[in-house]
Amino acid sequence: MSAAKTVKTIKEINERIRKGKAVVLNASEMAEAVRSMGKAKAAREVDVVTTGTFSPMCSSGMLFNIGQEPPVIKVQKMRLNNIPCHAGLAAVDAYLGVTELCKDDPLNKIAPGAFKYGGGHVIEDLVRGKAVRLWCESYGTDCYPKKKLEKDVTLADLPFAQLLNPRNCYQSYNVAVNMTSRTIYTYMGPLKPNMRNANFATAGELSPLFNDPLFRTIGLGTKIFLGGGVGWVLGAGTQHNPRPKRNERGLPMHPSGTIMVRGDMKGMDARYVRGVSYVGYGSSLSLGVGIPIPILDEEMAWFTGVSDADISMPVVDYGHDYPNGVKRVLAQPTYAELLSGEIAVNGEKVAAVPLSSRVIALEVAEKLKDWIRSGEFLLTEAQEQIPAF
Amino acid sequence: MDKNYRKIIYLSFPPGRSSQPLVCNLARNFNLTFNILKAQITPRQEGFMTLEISGDEENFHKGSEYLKEQGVRVTPVAQKITRNEESCMHCGMCTSLCPTRALAVNAATRCVDFDAEKCSACGMCVRVCPVRAMEVDLENGVLQ
Ligand code: SF4
Ligand code: SF4
Repeated sequence: MSAAKTVKTIKEINERIRKGKAVVLNASEMAEAVRSMGKAKAAREVDVVTTGTFSPMCSSGMLFNIGQEPPVIKVQKMRLNNIPCHAGLAAVDAYLGVTELCKDDPLNKIAPGAFKYGGGHVIEDLVRGKAVRLWCESYGTDCYPKKKLEKDVTLADLPFAQLLNPRNCYQSYNVAVNMTSRTIYTYMGPLKPNMRNANFATAGELSPLFNDPLFRTIGLGTKIFLGGGVGWVLGAGTQHNPRPKRNERGLPMHPSGTIMVRGDMKGMDARYVRGVSYVGYGSSLSLGVGIPIPILDEEMAWFTGVSDADISMPVVDYGHDYPNGVKRVLAQPTYAELLSGEIAVNGEKVAAVPLSSRVIALEVAEKLKDWIRSGEFLLTEAQEQIPAF
Repeated sequence: MDKNYRKIIYLSFPPGRSSQPLVCNLARNFNLTFNILKAQITPRQEGFMTLEISGDEENFHKGSEYLKEQGVRVTPVAQKITRNEESCMHCGMCTSLCPTRALAVNAATRCVDFDAEKCSACGMCVRVCPVRAMEVDLENGVLQ
């Protein structure tokens, strides 16, 4: 590369955003830009790349406080729309996880179960502004005499309600097939027998963590788009794997990096916060997440220049291997091949079926782009690095 | 008129009216071929049948007139399954089980297109859509 390495600081980029002069591209546009003008020129011309994803994100939940009204209560058991919440935090603080199910859900008793309503649905209902039924029980103390509380609450009634997600945005994911002879119902959707479909997730070249594969800019304190509102990265998520096998672009070859995030539910939009039911599996939350990536130098331009053809994901059998912890990769198709609707596994043609909405992922990246262009959303400097090697 | 006409219809038979001879007559007298996609009799003795019919378009219309004269209600299946456009996330999961490709990912837009004309009302999408965006007209009990 003949051109000297371009170096921009986040401060300089923010200065340009404030003046309305920043050049912001979404991650697909950046792939095109780097392809056509090269990484050196792209690094000089582009300030920020916006990413986006919209996928079921288990390991999410809501941390909230219900407030007090006299006589006061120290809640021991709590439910929202009959979904149990974890109330063992304080008097009126609680946590509701997205995979938590109704007290009387028939589960998989008649398999596959429908799992119609769970924690993720309560969160969507609250973000929609709907009232949900709060039910609390306590044993009563001298300082907290009330033993029972039941009423309707809306998001506006809750003094504090934030999404606090221990693990989101998986960097790469398995492509699921089923090698048994019966249909199975998994968290990767329905899988027909004898490998007749291969279900895949993530938003490919738009995915946040494919655009900063070594976590050079994403860390504790990174300000992001979360569920239509503003959120923050808190650091590595649970199950974060800092040392995956990587290809020559530094992209992981299997599920690896994750992030923990939080954000105020009061600024969110239900279009990007959806309770979902997976037949035979359970409930979860589909969530829109967008992360802005500052183009600090050529290397960041190169990373954000990632395209669907550069990304590859492992095909795993969910009929036998996955449930039994057998580590076997049947094939490693590229994301571009998956998008084409057909992949080859062991010489057989298998229909590739998406589970993540590429349409809404792009919408998230575009929204974030608009926020930055309008000058209302500035980038932040990560205060602690997420390990990645 | 189309000689290779193909349509999926939904028939409701009044109580006590056996479906068998009527459908056979349809084939014999109107030279139509049919494929029973789904059939069911309720405890109240009403019968329901989803039928794929092919043949000459003119004969198809005559045949369905014949059924109506016999007191059978004939509804095109396209009206049975609908999609709530507000709710659909275009995730694509339903396309994994849709047997007729009535639901399919549009390669250019990455949206999931729904072509009601191709739908056989099997109800698979209604079961697997994670946000229940696929809705079924339950009034006639076509699917449970
Ligand atoms: S599964 Fe439901 S939400 Fe997803 S594309 Fe199909 S209809 Fe739309
Ligand atoms: S009911 Fe749904 S899955 Fe069945 S054919 Fe119609 S669109 Fe496809």
